[in-house]
Amino acid sequence: MKFGILVFPGSNCDWDSYNVVTKVLKQKAQFVWHKESKLPKVDCVIVPGGFSYGDHLRTGAIARFSPIMKEVVPFAKAGGRVLGICNGFQILTESGLLPGVLMRNRDLKFVCETVSLKVANHRTAFTKKYERGARIRIPIAHGEGNYFADEETLNRLEGEGRVAFRYDGVNPNGSQRDIAGIMNENGNVLGMMPHPERCSEKILGNEDGRKVFESLIM
Amino acid sequence: MKAKIYITFKPGVLDPQGKAVQHALASLGFNEVQDARIGKFIELKLNGVERAKAEADVKQMCEKLLANTVIESYRYELE
Repeated sequence: MKFGILVFPGSNCDWDSYNVVTKVLKQKAQFVWHKESKLPKVDCVIVPGGFSYGDHLRTGAIARFSPIMKEVVPFAKAGGRVLGICNGFQILTESGLLPGVLMRNRDLKFVCETVSLKVANHRTAFTKKYERGARIRIPIAHGEGNYFADEETLNRLEGEGRVAFRYDGVNPNGSQRDIAGIMNENGNVLGMMPHPERCSEKILGNEDGRKVFESLIM
Repeated sequence: MKAKIYITFKPGVLDPQGKAVQHALASLGFNEVQDARIGKFIELKLNGVERAKAEADVKQMCEKLLANTVIESYRYELE
């Protein structure tokens, strides 16, 4: 299976993702510079974390207009799998592939710590390797992770099982309904604020994130 | 021509920064401040466009990029 990992100016989790895909999962991966106007033939696109365009205007707001996103949107609409992590999640909401928006954290602080999560839906392309209701620990590192959507959208997300991860116990950023990760209508696009690529190998002391990537392998 | 664009959170959207400012103002003794909302001000210099076209263009700019209409509303003035 082949992964395409997007690289924007300011991406900083691209190599972490590359490492997990190639060294841990033993799959193929290719970096795709944001200026590319053609997406190579890949089975899954990872939109990695970082600070694309210095978070100017709003997080993800400028990156969404990069040439490569004109390819990623139809790829996703055609059912291609897209995993957006942290800034990647912000870019996916700005580009309209996922509903809602990630606002400034409730306490106005950048939060960098390992948090407890609950797998809210284990029957998805991104979580199927987890047990039902699994509780996991995954690091977060963001200043804008406070998920906001109107009531109707939130009810719909919950009703359709599109909330993949929730913060468990402590809500670190004020996200509505403790949402840490959501999917699109067809379940082929996932955005999540926590960083599974930072906890997928034994040497890092935590492997709780690995199943996100293992679930994706077809 | 200049376009002055004001972007603010929609009513009902919590503005944590505004809340912090309101509390800071209260601690300075300005207890009459009931609420504070922080937004963005963007000034654009436009060249060689008719007013009607500028009007339409600025609206598009706000919708497509400058505001995220899920949480923000915008208004603008041309002068």
